[in-house]
Amino acid sequence: MSISVEPPGAADAVAETRSDRPGRRPGRHRSRSRRGLLVLRLLAAVVVCVVVVAPLYWMVVVALSSRSELLGGELRLWPRALTTENFDRVLSSFPVLTWLGNSVSIALTTAVITVVVNLLGGYAFAHLRFRGSSALFLTALATLTLPVQVIMVALFRLVTALGLYGSYWAVILPTAASAFGLFLARQSMLSIPRDLVEAARIDGAGHWRVLTRIVLPLSKPLVAVLFFMSLLGSWNDFAWPLIALQDNRLFTLPIGLLYLQGQFGPDYGATMAFALINVTPMVVLFLVFQRYFVQGFARSGIR
Amino acid sequence: MSSRQARGEARAAYLLLSPNLLLLGLFVFVPLVGAAVISLQRTDGFGGGTFAGLANYATLVGDPLFWRSLVNTTAFTVLVTPLSMALGLGASVLLNTVLPARPVFRSVLILPMAISGVATALLGVLVFDENTGLLDLLLRAVGLPAVPWQSGSAAAFASVVLVTLWWRVGFNMLIYLAGLQGIGPDLYEAATLDGANRWQQFRHLTFPLLGASTFFLLIINVIFSFQVFDIVFVLTGGGPRNATSVLVTYAYDTGFEVRDQGYAAAIGMVLLVLTMAFTLLQWRGNRSRDVVE
Repeated sequence: MSISVEPPGAADAVAETRSDRPGRRPGRHRSRSRRGLLVLRLLAAVVVCVVVVAPLYWMVVVALSSRSELLGGELRLWPRALTTENFDRVLSSFPVLTWLGNSVSIALTTAVITVVVNLLGGYAFAHLRFRGSSALFLTALATLTLPVQVIMVALFRLVTALGLYGSYWAVILPTAASAFGLFLARQSMLSIPRDLVEAARIDGAGHWRVLTRIVLPLSKPLVAVLFFMSLLGSWNDFAWPLIALQDNRLFTLPIGLLYLQGQFGPDYGATMAFALINVTPMVVLFLVFQRYFVQGFARSGIR
Repeated sequence: MSSRQARGEARAAYLLLSPNLLLLGLFVFVPLVGAAVISLQRTDGFGGGTFAGLANYATLVGDPLFWRSLVNTTAFTVLVTPLSMALGLGASVLLNTVLPARPVFRSVLILPMAISGVATALLGVLVFDENTGLLDLLLRAVGLPAVPWQSGSAAAFASVVLVTLWWRVGFNMLIYLAGLQGIGPDLYEAATLDGANRWQQFRHLTFPLLGASTFFLLIINVIFSFQVFDIVFVLTGGGPRNATSVLVTYAYDTGFEVRDQGYAAAIGMVLLVLTMAFTLLQWRGNRSRDVVE
């Protein structure tokens, strides 16, 4: 196989496993040094987590602090008075709700198209035999390594020529066909026994029937992984939307965030309030549906 | 299977694949050919261009900013790839041991993966601000001199690397954690019986057994590093004095700010060749690995 896109034992890496709990060892001396080691490890884990969380925490603090307090330039762990003035200022000066709506529409549409298109394609690659199958699959996979900047100029002209420029579709369609999704779908569907599919075929079921009655019911986790990965990727996408969405009213949240930073400059209260609006929905989804995100990332890492 | 059945199956396969192939073909392969054509033109993107042969490529050879961006891209890749892998490996080993609240630690570490590149970069702007940033406040609080994260070339480059690490280490940890969980505990029991200490166990058991994860991460990190756009574009904009300009941001600026689109396409072609060269290299590496195993 060419591009290796799957590390070993990928799924559920974050979930707890019991296998690595060693049994209790006898001996008091030993257990004391063990406890010391445990404290050290715990300390290290806490430090690492503080480094990860500190900027996020700082974002929340700044977003909720008043302008005068921010200009004071002191290091405060919590604002003296919580205020929503930053949110008010952002909401009254920019069409934030429109941008939020754009982000939601684009991400949901992209995710739905990705799921449908890749379920069909994944089934074909996993369970149908046809000439050129592996060459086609590898060609699709090769596009994963392609930076959008290679094709951006030509893609922009194509999108304009197709009359998509100035609509959501200029962002949705180029991102909806994800080779990564195709890869995920194929790998996952390969684990459905071929005998099962072939038995149904011999009983006279058509491919559509096999797909909808046998493969789909067994692929619910796959659908969730595809959906969430695509949703996250689209929600956070920046490089292509920056080019394709030049009309203020079509901006998604990341593009709006950049625009707002350009307008407000060092007004961190406003920028962080808006960044919080951009970040929160995906962080919540990520924590609630962590299982599916982790599976998707662990299988690939391609965003 | 009869040939008629085989033909029917092929027809069904192509029918099922058609939406995907149509989208990929139209929005990836057509623009790829288009980019090659545009790279041979002089054009600002408004109206047709004029054929210029290899003029754009000739300009590239003598363009100091192009070379600067290429060197920066390479330096960034060479720094970020081993650092994020080493930190990810360390974190995964740490969080694979017995630890209270372990799932919480793991969740926190992978949380940056949910955050957009733009927001991550803006967090960087906030933390690395020379006047009000968290980091310089902390440095000054403990009596150290503040670092010119925006005005100093090396410091700005370091800030891009640090923000990228914050964003990417969790992913590296996740992959290594998956690898670690594939190693059976009986191996460690045997090693302990043989008198191997912790470091020896890591050096001769854990690390070799994580070979597949390491190889995978090496490829992914290099490819991602080559494509670093959001962080550079928002955090430093390639500055100060092009100290953090990379190929992808240079291509974007050329194509959509300066609007020298033929030249931007030529930079894109260089990116394509570099990416393809690396992909081929890893493909050959992967093949020889398969033979070895």
